[in-house]
Amino acid sequence: MADQTFPIPGTLDVSPSRGVGLLEWLRSWVITVDHKRLGLLYIVYALVFLLVAGGEAMAIRIQLAIPHNHFLSPELYNEFFTMHGTTMVFLVGMTLIFGFGNYLVPLMIGARDMAFPRLNAFSFWMSAFGGLLLYFSFIGGFGLYGMGAAPDVTWWAYAPLTERAFSPGHNTDYWALALIVMGFGTLGAAINTLATAFCMRCRGMTLLRMPLFVWLMVVASADTLIVITPLTAAQVMLIIDRYLGGHFFDTQAGGSATVWMHFFWIFGHPEVYVLILPAFGIASEVIPVFSRKAIFGYPAMVAASVGIAFVSLSVWAHHMFTIGMTSVSNAFFALSTMMVGIPTGIKIFNWVATMWGGKIRFATPMLFCTAFLFQFLCAGLTGIMLAAAPWDWQLHNSYFVIAHFHYTLTGSFVFCFFAAIYYWYPKIIGRMLSETLGKWHFWLFFIGFHMTFDTMHFVGILGMPRSIYTYEPDRGWGTLNMIISVGGLVQATAVLILVWNIVDSFRNGRLAGNDPWDAWTLEWSTPSPPPPYNFATDPVVYSRRPLWDLKHPEDPDWKYER
Amino acid sequence: MAGMSAMPAAAQGALSTPSILAPASTPAHEIYSLSQFVLVITGTIFAVVGGLLTFVIIKFHARKTDAGHEPAQIYGSTQVELAWTVIPVLTVVVLFLTTARIIFAIQDAPEPQSALNVTVIGHQFWWEFRYPKLGIVTANELHLPTSSNSAPRPAYLQLLSADVDHSFWVPQLGGKTDLIPDHPNQMWIDPEVAGVYLGQCAQFCGIEHAKMLLRVYVDTPQQFEAWASNQEKPAVDDAAVAAGRQVFESEACANCHTITGTSAHGVFGPDLTHLMSRATIAAGAAYNTPANLRSWIEDPNIFKPGALMPAMQLSDQQVDELVAYLTTLH
Repeated sequence: MADQTFPIPGTLDVSPSRGVGLLEWLRSWVITVDHKRLGLLYIVYALVFLLVAGGEAMAIRIQLAIPHNHFLSPELYNEFFTMHGTTMVFLVGMTLIFGFGNYLVPLMIGARDMAFPRLNAFSFWMSAFGGLLLYFSFIGGFGLYGMGAAPDVTWWAYAPLTERAFSPGHNTDYWALALIVMGFGTLGAAINTLATAFCMRCRGMTLLRMPLFVWLMVVASADTLIVITPLTAAQVMLIIDRYLGGHFFDTQAGGSATVWMHFFWIFGHPEVYVLILPAFGIASEVIPVFSRKAIFGYPAMVAASVGIAFVSLSVWAHHMFTIGMTSVSNAFFALSTMMVGIPTGIKIFNWVATMWGGKIRFATPMLFCTAFLFQFLCAGLTGIMLAAAPWDWQLHNSYFVIAHFHYTLTGSFVFCFFAAIYYWYPKIIGRMLSETLGKWHFWLFFIGFHMTFDTMHFVGILGMPRSIYTYEPDRGWGTLNMIISVGGLVQATAVLILVWNIVDSFRNGRLAGNDPWDAWTLEWSTPSPPPPYNFATDPVVYSRRPLWDLKHPEDPDWKYER
Repeated sequence: MAGMSAMPAAAQGALSTPSILAPASTPAHEIYSLSQFVLVITGTIFAVVGGLLTFVIIKFHARKTDAGHEPAQIYGSTQVELAWTVIPVLTVVVLFLTTARIIFAIQDAPEPQSALNVTVIGHQFWWEFRYPKLGIVTANELHLPTSSNSAPRPAYLQLLSADVDHSFWVPQLGGKTDLIPDHPNQMWIDPEVAGVYLGQCAQFCGIEHAKMLLRVYVDTPQQFEAWASNQEKPAVDDAAVAAGRQVFESEACANCHTITGTSAHGVFGPDLTHLMSRATIAAGAAYNTPANLRSWIEDPNIFKPGALMPAMQLSDQQVDELVAYLTTLH
């Protein structure tokens, strides 16, 4: 990847001279403003933190495998689950979506780079710095229990636990500052994605011809712009509370704990959609290609995505059904939350209809997307259960909720991004990932996932709350927790297979060629990996599937598309 | 376990799993029936959509024989898409109306004259229970009388917090409600069957959140009266353990704990006036035995690392006297 090995005739080749030294090679990655390189940096960064936060999850699961376990101290447990959540959302989730977004959006719309290449680099390095700042707390943070204290206030960090009275030292500061820094990076990436999609499309690429992945990146970026702001504002207020004697959330001096909750969840809930929407985008690219059919109901898919983004801004307080809101507020947020089921339902039906009548090839990307459909269906249905506010009074903060959102974030988000890795690795690296290892990865991860997260629903129904470092033996949760933990280790094994597959295929994978999946979007018209600046000449498209039109001149899409 | 033997029926049956599927009060029952209704609807959706997906996977997977041909391209269908928009809308309407009815039924139920008022105060990491009309203050083990249609005695809990957010959750008796420092909350439960119901704090509140356990002893009305009249008395004053009382009053114990009838009026820790009427110490982290009391006084970190009570640094003799004194506080 360092220098281009597949220059196509007529391509503008501005890669540095060949045979550069290691330092120069590294420097080229640091100073790069190329959207593909930055995309890769994002993705690699996300995968590294996926392993880190996955390791934290494994430690958590070992601790909880049996009651009254002493594998982790309470301090370390609380740090690990706080860091697991924060890392997975901000350092894995956000970086993965903007990684793939960076790499693919310009390629898919026939552009030669993002709209603002330098802003792009700035955004990545801000995010990267934020992550390192967060993890530096393990070494340099001074907390309630001395040096080397990572944040231990949960990833939703409810006030007043985060105030200095209850959280002395600096570990909460690391958390707040890291999120502020990463927030700026994320805002930059979101602005860039929007500008790129709106201003850089090639000729013929109308908004309603954009690939759905680009559409969903647009919607997710717009949502990001809206919701990162209250999060950053809340962090700034928290820092003011902690250092400048403010009393926004300091209940001992007249501040309000519930104001923090509103600020956090007006960010926190749409954030889930920010993550899941690009995953929908991936499914909307992979499912048609492997079903050999055009996406069913493209305009409805776009409308549903935009609809989800709007509805997502009105559901935040369903995280707060137990804080004593009025009955009318509870009813409102129950309704708005249930309404999310309508556009998401449309999406699921459209994906199934896309597969209907197709000739489905179950290569690894499609396996992951098929499992995603099942799991997202379940996640949506448990979401309806949680939206029924009185039932949520029981289920809130229990393991049922943990199961629900891991069905969304692991069962849907991670499954889709695993599909994305298998699907686009050949484009990015130029070599195929091993299909055999891919199948092992899929089946192990699938089995482990269901062992872990199916079981979590039941242990939640049996009354086990989240965030506890141990539990009493007489509660009857022991066996179920053991199953959950074993499932976790199975998933970890599967991820290690993926890592090996990525590393091994880098050298030994089968050469991919331009278009190994017989796909239809513009990125597959370029060499693998694409040269700098992507396209020698600006492409012109006439439909949503430009490569279909080229491959089937007798039956082009533009004749039929609605 | 002397306190237990004084009230044998209060602890009938083994301690069991706090399952939301075994409701034992009106709000818990209402939530349970709502959950079954929602489960039927979502289960039907799962069966239909999941079945459709399974069918598609089996029916339309690529076969070796048909390689080379692309299937017919279908771009959409207004009628079909309209159908699967309208049906979910109707489903949501039904679900919402049912949910709203239960929300209002539970949340806006008027407080009857016969209600028992209890103020629940969350602390890092224990529960304080005050019965303002009865003048009782206790900790970690909430006693409530049974309530029935013929003799309703629902408990109306006023939920407060002394420090950070907590959440009161006893799954068999009802949903959880948070205890928030600047935002007093209320909930009600009317337990039907006597017994011990387990729960615990459900909102992360700091290092020992996991050991902020909660027990609700549901007593028959007679047992409850007996318990209450014992709690209303000042502490037992037994001359045989005066040395222990002396230690309690003169050492730092008195800064945080109250024992009525003595000079100890601290409010940061649990009221110990009737310590031996409780089955557990340290918010359920240990059983209330003399040996555990002793270990707890010597070093609370043994049961609860991070608990706010310090290791008391007393001599062995002082601890002996103190434990002897505390074990008289029935």
